[in-house]
Amino acid sequence: MTGEQIIFILVAVFTLVSGFMVVTSRNLIHAALWLVSALFGVAVAYALLNAAFLAVVQVVVYIGAIAILFIFAVMLTRKDMRDQGPQMNPNWWAGAVLAVLVFAGLVFLLLSWGGLSATAADMPADFDTISELGNALVSPDAYVLPFEVASVLLVAALIGAVYVAYNRK
Amino acid sequence: MVPLSWYLIFAAALFSIGLFGVLARRNAVAILLGVELMLNSVNINLAAFWRYGDVTRMTGQVFAIIVFAVAAAEVAVGLALVISVYRRRNTVVADEINMMKW
Repeated sequence: MTGEQIIFILVAVFTLVSGFMVVTSRNLIHAALWLVSALFGVAVAYALLNAAFLAVVQVVVYIGAIAILFIFAVMLTRKDMRDQGPQMNPNWWAGAVLAVLVFAGLVFLLLSWGGLSATAADMPADFDTISELGNALVSPDAYVLPFEVASVLLVAALIGAVYVAYNRK
Repeated sequence: MVPLSWYLIFAAALFSIGLFGVLARRNAVAILLGVELMLNSVNINLAAFWRYGDVTRMTGQVFAIIVFAVAAAEVAVGLALVISVYRRRNTVVADEINMMKW
């Protein structure tokens, strides 16, 4: 077992345990903080995959913005349910069964697929991933249109969010 | 070198955990936390397929960045709705948000 495999297993176990704590913590602030550690584990997985830009964006956007937004939302909806009643549905066991079934089905599908044991080729020498990604995002031959549509979507969603959350009184 | 299958199974497990959170939690904010886990597992898959395929084609990473943008939009609108509902109904329990139930 190589060093990279050991690191991957450690990161995967850390992320999955954090994810499990996200969905089971009673205190929502704790769940949001566990989400931060799960997102950080995912960022390390991106770094292992040589996707440097994704790893940085994961830390800046997900941990820096989205997780903090969650913590603010938890604090704004403060009359929290910690003391009163259960955190789970009465039908939570059905959700658990469905999640296990989805996982088993995904693993079954993956095992029946031929390309599963593929190993990555080495990164080509003098291949600059980040500048290639930047070119792909703004080149008319590549993905400039989806990129612009995504920015319009983001603006529309943020204006809509301000409008919905605005207190008219 | 880590085989592709490890990344895919890791992402499938993270997706299932997020799915359980979405289905089982009562608090609307906690449901959105589960959705975030699911979106992240999809992004791991996209990055892994980019790395194990042809790395000179950036499709996987571009798709992952668009998923980032959609996730940010989703969480902004979702939390705004939760805060708005909390202000009007004083609850964030998904079962009790039934104004549109007929």
